[in-house]
Amino acid sequence: MSKVLMKGNEAMALAAIKAGCDAFYGYPITPQNELPEYLSKHMALNGRIFVQAESEVAAINMVYGAAGAGARVMTSSSSPGIALKQEGISYMAGAELPGVIINVMRGGPGLGGIQPSQSDYKQITRGGGNGDYYLYSLAPETLQEAVDLIKESFDIADYFRNPVMIAVDGLIGQMMEPVDLDKEVPKWDLKPKNWAADGDTSKREKNVINSLYLDPYDLENHNMKLKAKFDEMRKNHQRYELVNMEDAEIAIVAYGSVSRIARTAIEILSEKGIKCGILRPITIFPYPKLAFKNLPSSVKNLLVVEMSTGQMLDDVIIANECRLPISFFGRVGGVVPEAEEIANKVLEIIGGEKHE
Amino acid sequence: MNNVKTVYKKSIGLTDLPLSYCPGCTHGIIHKLVAEVLVELDVLDKTVGVASVGCSVLNYKFFACDMQQAAHGRAPAVATGIKRVRPDSIVFTYQGDGDLASIGIAEAIHSAHRGENITIIFVNNAIYGMTGGQMAPTTLIGQKTTTSPNGRDEKTQGLPLRIAEMMATIPGATYIERVSVHNPQHVNKAKKALKKAFTIQKANKGFTLIEFISTCPVNWGMTPKDAVDWAVDNMIPYYPLGVYKDKTAGEEK
Repeated sequence: MSKVLMKGNEAMALAAIKAGCDAFYGYPITPQNELPEYLSKHMALNGRIFVQAESEVAAINMVYGAAGAGARVMTSSSSPGIALKQEGISYMAGAELPGVIINVMRGGPGLGGIQPSQSDYKQITRGGGNGDYYLYSLAPETLQEAVDLIKESFDIADYFRNPVMIAVDGLIGQMMEPVDLDKEVPKWDLKPKNWAADGDTSKREKNVINSLYLDPYDLENHNMKLKAKFDEMRKNHQRYELVNMEDAEIAIVAYGSVSRIARTAIEILSEKGIKCGILRPITIFPYPKLAFKNLPSSVKNLLVVEMSTGQMLDDVIIANECRLPISFFGRVGGVVPEAEEIANKVLEIIGGEKHE
Repeated sequence: MNNVKTVYKKSIGLTDLPLSYCPGCTHGIIHKLVAEVLVELDVLDKTVGVASVGCSVLNYKFFACDMQQAAHGRAPAVATGIKRVRPDSIVFTYQGDGDLASIGIAEAIHSAHRGENITIIFVNNAIYGMTGGQMAPTTLIGQKTTTSPNGRDEKTQGLPLRIAEMMATIPGATYIERVSVHNPQHVNKAKKALKKAFTIQKANKGFTLIEFISTCPVNWGMTPKDAVDWAVDNMIPYYPLGVYKDKTAGEEK
């Protein structure tokens, strides 16, 4: 199919329609507003449901109800709004309900700002709400990858019966790029939703959607059942990309918009005779620890670059298992790191330019 | 012996599990009425109920239809989510006064405001029952609770919130009525109100809410009989029974 030039928020909205999203429930917040605005028009045109809720809290609980009734459902928001949605996200994980949540991240804490940020990393990768659960979390770096992953994410959510988080930042939400909306994405082997409480008990027993287990042994069993899903994600569903890693002496670890900028940084370094690779997590939960095991022996240093004060850094320290020295470079508050400053940081670590 | 006939039996709208409510609490009567109405309107096998947080939290086990258990106060949002994707189903929430009048007031108001075609069953016993008898927005002036040990004082704790009256002011709401179940006559009236609400929903005519004046003998520190008398003498004067809004009035003629 041919490519169309679209804004990130609108391309992500259209991807959801292509994925068969039945209903969207959301609440306005910058910098993701074009996403619900697009859906407010196009969901109806496609015979689907769009509701602007009274709050993020209400929106995610509408998602809970619709997902519990067996529908394919999505919501989107940005950092402070995602914080408000944590109640419903925890209930969805507890009741094993699928759903897709797009987080177009902005700076914090508090009201913070409206410029791009990656400072929700811990909110996203540690569950976020109360209780013992995780979200399968995908962090695309281009609009094409965002579209492809959103299309696949509805299958992933249904497969695991767990919410999936799409972690992007304001940069991806606001930029325009050509995208192919009809590119094939992997199809997951999905079972019928015979657990759904959709009201039709004419041919089956009643279904219950619930996260309450008053007997501690029952809740422990439920927690272990959920853990098995997260273990399966960790074991078999890590995603990452290794860029320019052959003979690289240093690797930048970066995801989303920042890995995109790092691609320019490694070109600058290449001109200076430095071989620098990029380890790009695509899933931030499960964290791609495998990628660190697959680094070539030529890599002697890691540089973590983030639009946060070092939230992913902890995961890199865990995944590195004390093998390589780790440095960090972050810009925060909505400031986007420049390729030159990343390249300069690499030069500082390895001791300057190389001239044969 | 040939003349033996069944004159009363438990509704098939309820499961066979024993209810978890205290002696003298009116949740049991209200559950029975909801179940009977769903069966009589022949909608039980197309109904999704939404349980809330409070004493009635376990009623996803008691109603014989599909059920979803909602976060505290969010039942109307959950019901909205369900009804929008399953418009042919019948959707109700069952909420207490802590759940609806306090933490979930925004969800209740906005589901009415959007004119969601759902039915809210609102049970007002003027106290937080499950958590052990704390003050609710509906607690009466002077009423002692574990968080108003000297009796509710309007100067610092405000005046009790009248939900039926407030919800009736919302343009999107179709039918709002307050009922009581303190004697058989009122039980019958309450059932009629419930039937009207679900009939309106069945006809896709919009948002309905039935408020029930209820009792909490345990947390009020009374016998069941005294609790019923206290509700009649104190609650009903402050929370008058009746129809507060009926957009369908006149349609039947």
